[in-house]
Amino acid sequence: MLVELTVNGRRRTAENVWAGESLLYVLRERLGLRGSKNACEQGECGSCSVYMDGGLVCACLVSAGQAHGAEVVTVEGLAEGGRLHPIQQAYVVEGAVQCGFCTPGLIIATHQLLSENPDPSDDEIREALAGNLCRCTGYEKIIDAVRLAALEMSVI
Amino acid sequence: MTRTARAGGAGARSQTITEVRDRTAPPLGVGESAVRPDAPLKVLGRFAFASDLYLDGMLWGATVRSPHPRARILSIDVSEALKIRGVATVLTAADVPGENLYGIKKADQPVLADREVRYAGEAVAVAAADHPETARRAVEAVRVEYEVLTPLTDPEQALAGGGGPIHPGGNVARRVRIRHGDVGSVRPQAEVVVEGEYRSGVQDPAFLGPEAGLAVPDGSGGVDLYVASQWIHDDRRQIAAGLGLDPSMVRLTLSGVGGAFGGREDLSVHIHACMLALRMGRPVKMSYNREESFFGHVHRHPSRSRIELGAKRTGELVYTKVRLILDGGAYTSTSQIVIANACYFAAGAYRVDNVEIDGYAVYTNNPPRGAMRGFGAVQACYAIESAMDRLAGALGMDPVELRIVNAIEEGSILPTGQAVDGPAPVRELLEHLRDLPLPPDEPDGSGGPGRAPDLRRLPGGVGNTTRGENVVRGVGYALGMKAIGFSGGVDDYSTARVSLSIVGGAPLVEVYSAAAECGQGIVAVQAQIPRTELGVDTVVVRPADTLIGDAGSSAASRQTWMTGGAVQAACGRVRTELLERAAVRLGRPPEDLALAGGAVCERVSGEPAVTLAELLGGETVEAVFEYHHRPTEPIDDVNGQGDAHIAFAYAAHRAVVDVDTDLGLVRVVELAAAQDVGKAMNPQAVEGQIEGGTAQGLGLALLEEVQIVDGHVRNPSFTDYLIPTILDTPPMNIEIFEFPHPDSPYGLNGVGEPPTLSSTPAIVNALRDATGLELPGVPVRSADLVSRAGSNGADQAPRGRRT
Repeated sequence: MLVELTVNGRRRTAENVWAGESLLYVLRERLGLRGSKNACEQGECGSCSVYMDGGLVCACLVSAGQAHGAEVVTVEGLAEGGRLHPIQQAYVVEGAVQCGFCTPGLIIATHQLLSENPDPSDDEIREALAGNLCRCTGYEKIIDAVRLAALEMSVI
Repeated sequence: MTRTARAGGAGARSQTITEVRDRTAPPLGVGESAVRPDAPLKVLGRFAFASDLYLDGMLWGATVRSPHPRARILSIDVSEALKIRGVATVLTAADVPGENLYGIKKADQPVLADREVRYAGEAVAVAAADHPETARRAVEAVRVEYEVLTPLTDPEQALAGGGGPIHPGGNVARRVRIRHGDVGSVRPQAEVVVEGEYRSGVQDPAFLGPEAGLAVPDGSGGVDLYVASQWIHDDRRQIAAGLGLDPSMVRLTLSGVGGAFGGREDLSVHIHACMLALRMGRPVKMSYNREESFFGHVHRHPSRSRIELGAKRTGELVYTKVRLILDGGAYTSTSQIVIANACYFAAGAYRVDNVEIDGYAVYTNNPPRGAMRGFGAVQACYAIESAMDRLAGALGMDPVELRIVNAIEEGSILPTGQAVDGPAPVRELLEHLRDLPLPPDEPDGSGGPGRAPDLRRLPGGVGNTTRGENVVRGVGYALGMKAIGFSGGVDDYSTARVSLSIVGGAPLVEVYSAAAECGQGIVAVQAQIPRTELGVDTVVVRPADTLIGDAGSSAASRQTWMTGGAVQAACGRVRTELLERAAVRLGRPPEDLALAGGAVCERVSGEPAVTLAELLGGETVEAVFEYHHRPTEPIDDVNGQGDAHIAFAYAAHRAVVDVDTDLGLVRVVELAAAQDVGKAMNPQAVEGQIEGGTAQGLGLALLEEVQIVDGHVRNPSFTDYLIPTILDTPPMNIEIFEFPHPDSPYGLNGVGEPPTLSSTPAIVNALRDATGLELPGVPVRSADLVSRAGSNGADQAPRGRRT
């Protein structure tokens, strides 16, 4: 199967895709975009969170065929001009990254939260990120990072 | 942003130091919250975890696993699997090139099962194919004929000698016996005696990055393995034995590690990937999916403890008697050490002169158990801290006061006979937590008359189906203690190389060690130390591999102490050489000189005398140091006495919970932690360790249990095995104490494990406070909280405050 899609603004084509492959597999193994992670592959951990046609999805739950013609944005697509996106910068500065396996998915989920709600309360942060598991941080520094990112982005 | 930490040490015990972080000038050196060097790559999605590795033309490996917890293997037929297009090979026990047994402490686990399987999930064969799904189909096509046997799954039965031996030496992996004082003769002096039984379930480390590795044959019979691990040198020892190769022919490079928590001490894909790669002469990648991961690493030992405490009416402990049994599962892994560690701390961080502890680790046909953060001390802490609350109840005493009355101090004698020789600020930790203001009742919760409750603030969150009519609040405390570093006579060491050269006209320091970065931040610490010791800002930490000497495991909360010590000492040698060279050049004694700002300076004035670029030109100054901690000794077999430890670390928690007694739902309102870390090498990372460890303790208290029925894991997925989400995890109030340790680099102490100890019992003690229930086991389930509450008379009625 041939899958054509737009990823981070570029037209991409994956050939010889087996029908059982997920969007996550296509991104990681066919297109070499391994930023989206594979921690549970059943939609529980959020580490493969990407935008598809503007909505937040777990790439592991989207079949490759469903993604045909779609517009996908991954963690690799956020930084511009060699500078970290303010959300990425906030995760670095606040110590919200330990092992980092959950980080790409959390950054995408944070991006989606802040684009809909630029000044979220702590309760709203928790609700928005409840689909992203982190095993290292206990989430405190992730909440710090979201608060800082909201602040920095409101200044910009 | 301002963060505070308590400074410790004689004469400075209650002083508060303040660290102000200036975002424009990134903090760099020891004691500052330096940004970890791998963080930018990780937020960009460009950091290569083991599961991200690839090479053109590589094959994918997959594992055939036993569906039976105990069976004889009668035959294995791989012919159908080999017919599948794209399948390269299928290997079985007969193909293991070397020793078909491996293990960290005792080689008793087959690389691939030979004739017999001892747990459901045991590896029986491995396949390689050109697509991961093809490899999985090959696995399904392998026909294994089993003669199914009755599994032994009850640890008490294993201890009693029933069920037939799982290993030739019988089913007791280790018995530990500690005798101190004389419990028998002092028993009559106890005015209050409590007894209790406590159980803890099987916790999964649940690191998010799956087990993965890429094996690349070198064309000369050797192999390079890129793998996620906690200890690449011990991996290499085991792999080389399994492959029948000299260790020099097996080279490991640490790839990105997506969390570990003890679960990457044992081998997983390592030998299998190497076998397949060597057989095919092609690179082979293996990466488990989540279900396989539950079988691919060890779990925390489930425990059953019986504790008897005798005390005076004043609360002073007269004796402590503990019997505890850990189910080690089918293979040894680290069970003998875990049971020892559980026994060392089974009496808690309390002064008690008369102690009897009997601990057993046994083999069963359950999946193997081994290291997980806290390493036996978690189970021991849960039990003793539960027993202490029970004793407080029997005495009518405040639980914190009871702990303070009995708190160990510097110089106290432990049940193993060892004197506590470092700071033991247990009382300070407890007093801090006791004096913290409690969180407000619920400003945004049930609100007031006529207002609907904010469901997010109720137990169960938006899933709550009551209006919070029967929500009760409880407060609980717990205290934990654990040894830091390898104990019991192990010569524990780490190796580091530090080199300083001039690159592009500026000094550059390279740090090289085999210390495994698993997320904890050792890469940041390794960069911070040379900045402080050598006055050079630009520090590169090289990837860890086996071409340098052993660093020991990223385990036992030891890596910052051990590898930090090696880096500090190697820096010291580099500094000595630089200052001697500068002394010759400047005609000054080296004692008058110091390093700062990339230059050799006058020690007193700080004036630069010669830059490092001028001093070194094209030369490199380099030093290697192997850091050993002080010798320890094993405890004896008869009475369990011996100076087995180099250091102890302490943490305490206060938990505040709301319980909906109609639904059995819990909301942890707040977790406060206080921990002595000796010296916070990187305060932000220390906070991260405490917060993360606290959350894992919450998981064990309320959510996490690998459910095993007749030897079969019933919930090997993140749908069914629940780790805390951001909604389950409350705000944390963390206080870091810094009482310098006398015997360590910078006065630091181990940080990673202690917060995981006391978090669990603090939460359960809070649940007990709220409900009046005994709650003997963790994780506490909803049914445990509703089964009797409100339906069984006054003694079972909730005694917490209504919110």
